[in-house]
Amino acid sequence: MDGTPALRVEALSKRYRPDAPTAVADLSFVMARGATWGLLGGNGAGKTTTIAMLLGLLVPTSGRIVALGHDMATDRFAALARMNFSSPYVALPHRLSVAENLRVYAHLYGVKRAEARIRELAEQLQLTELLDRPAGELSAGQKTRVALAKALVNRPELLLLDEPTASLDPDTGDWVRSWLERYREETGCAILLASHNMGEVERLCDHVLMLKQGRVVDQGSPADLLARYGRDDLEEVFLDIARDRQRVEAAS
Amino acid sequence: MTALAFRHAAGVQSARRVWGLMYRHIALYRRSWPRLLELMYWPVLQMIVWGFVTAYLAGLQNNVASVAAGVLLGGVLLWEVAIRSQMGFAISFLEEIWSRNLGHVFVSPVRPLELVAGLVGMSMLRMFCGVIPAMFLAFALYGFGLWTIGPVLVLFFASLMMMGWAVALGVTALILRHGAGAEPLAWSVLFGLTPFAAVFYPVSVLPDWLQPFAYMIPAAHVFEGMRAALLQGVVAWGHLAAAFALNLVWLAGMGWLFLRQFQGARVRGALLNIGE
Repeated sequence: MDGTPALRVEALSKRYRPDAPTAVADLSFVMARGATWGLLGGNGAGKTTTIAMLLGLLVPTSGRIVALGHDMATDRFAALARMNFSSPYVALPHRLSVAENLRVYAHLYGVKRAEARIRELAEQLQLTELLDRPAGELSAGQKTRVALAKALVNRPELLLLDEPTASLDPDTGDWVRSWLERYREETGCAILLASHNMGEVERLCDHVLMLKQGRVVDQGSPADLLARYGRDDLEEVFLDIARDRQRVEAAS
Repeated sequence: MTALAFRHAAGVQSARRVWGLMYRHIALYRRSWPRLLELMYWPVLQMIVWGFVTAYLAGLQNNVASVAAGVLLGGVLLWEVAIRSQMGFAISFLEEIWSRNLGHVFVSPVRPLELVAGLVGMSMLRMFCGVIPAMFLAFALYGFGLWTIGPVLVLFFASLMMMGWAVALGVTALILRHGAGAEPLAWSVLFGLTPFAAVFYPVSVLPDWLQPFAYMIPAAHVFEGMRAALLQGVVAWGHLAAAFALNLVWLAGMGWLFLRQFQGARVRGALLNIGE
């Protein structure tokens, strides 16, 4: 692993149409290898737009993204081979079995010894019994584990997760979070996480970007943010920012 | 690693991605017999209907219609090559939209040209699954063997497939631009060209002012060539060359349109919610 950051974002902006409001404005940050960052904000804050630009799915209006040392404007396919993504809102083909789905993505990402990798992931994510089942017949928790297996099939150095535990029961959600913590420790994979689950962000992330109307309105570690706003949990901080309530230091 | 070895490795990786895109569809067909049946249904049905029409005409005017029968059935079967190639490409793309899987494909290292190659591969598989059974049924039921045209049949197939892909690239570009509203074109667009493609009659039957337009369609040259082969036993190399030249122009034009719309969709954010 070289010394380049996992992500370097410089003055990133997106406006979908000239007459539309700015979806993301002047976003800049550097995320180190092995870090786990959270992207927080209400609906329409610019989280999905940001993730789509980081994945090359959306062309920024201005600014620059360098992922794993590759400029996304000129060399995005080299970066994409070393990244991956999971979202409950992007499905895998329902009629294909779990193994077939994973095989497809092993081919797309050029994974060596694909069958061994699929067996390894199935074992780690408790999917072995489900490999021959159609993806569409799985429960929400099982689908989440399959989506994670797909996202890890190429051993990504940078993982983008959009609400990884949305619609999961607390037990399954906790299992996924524990698994992600273990995976990060073992592999040093950098993770950027968009979530509305503040407990999850507090537990997993070492840095949080708070977005509002496309701009970073605050950032820091969860502990820093709690101290700065004088709150006991991130949900209160989130509400303070969403409702324009003053920070402790500003108020005092 | 030498430059040659690097290019070889990159080529192998690219081929794997194309195979991955095709494998996704092949796995789907393996699990869904109605989809397999649908591939054969229309070509076989068309062939049966036109077979009976020609048999009826043969009963009315034996000497003329027996010659015409081969030309009509040949037209039906070869036109299916273009139609199935176009639909095979466009519907395979739509399958990704319907399964909401396109987002995963576009954030993988798959290049747009590899996506096109995968769709071309699926188009060929779907076309052969649909047209080959219809060809054998035409021989079994009506004694018409399309292969009697000779080895030039391979060139007819190739030219019609290329035209199908060119039209499908245009349809896919429109889907990228207009989303779900453009989906019906995947089924209907090539049927609209039938009257001008000289499938069942020579271009000379068309009004004078329409003939130059007909000759801009690659298929019109293929069907003129087919009639020359079946009725006179000669290979119309001029028509074949014109068909391939036009195909290259069509493919270049539609390929440009596809890449332009793909890039436009990335700018507009249309890849985030395509098909909705």
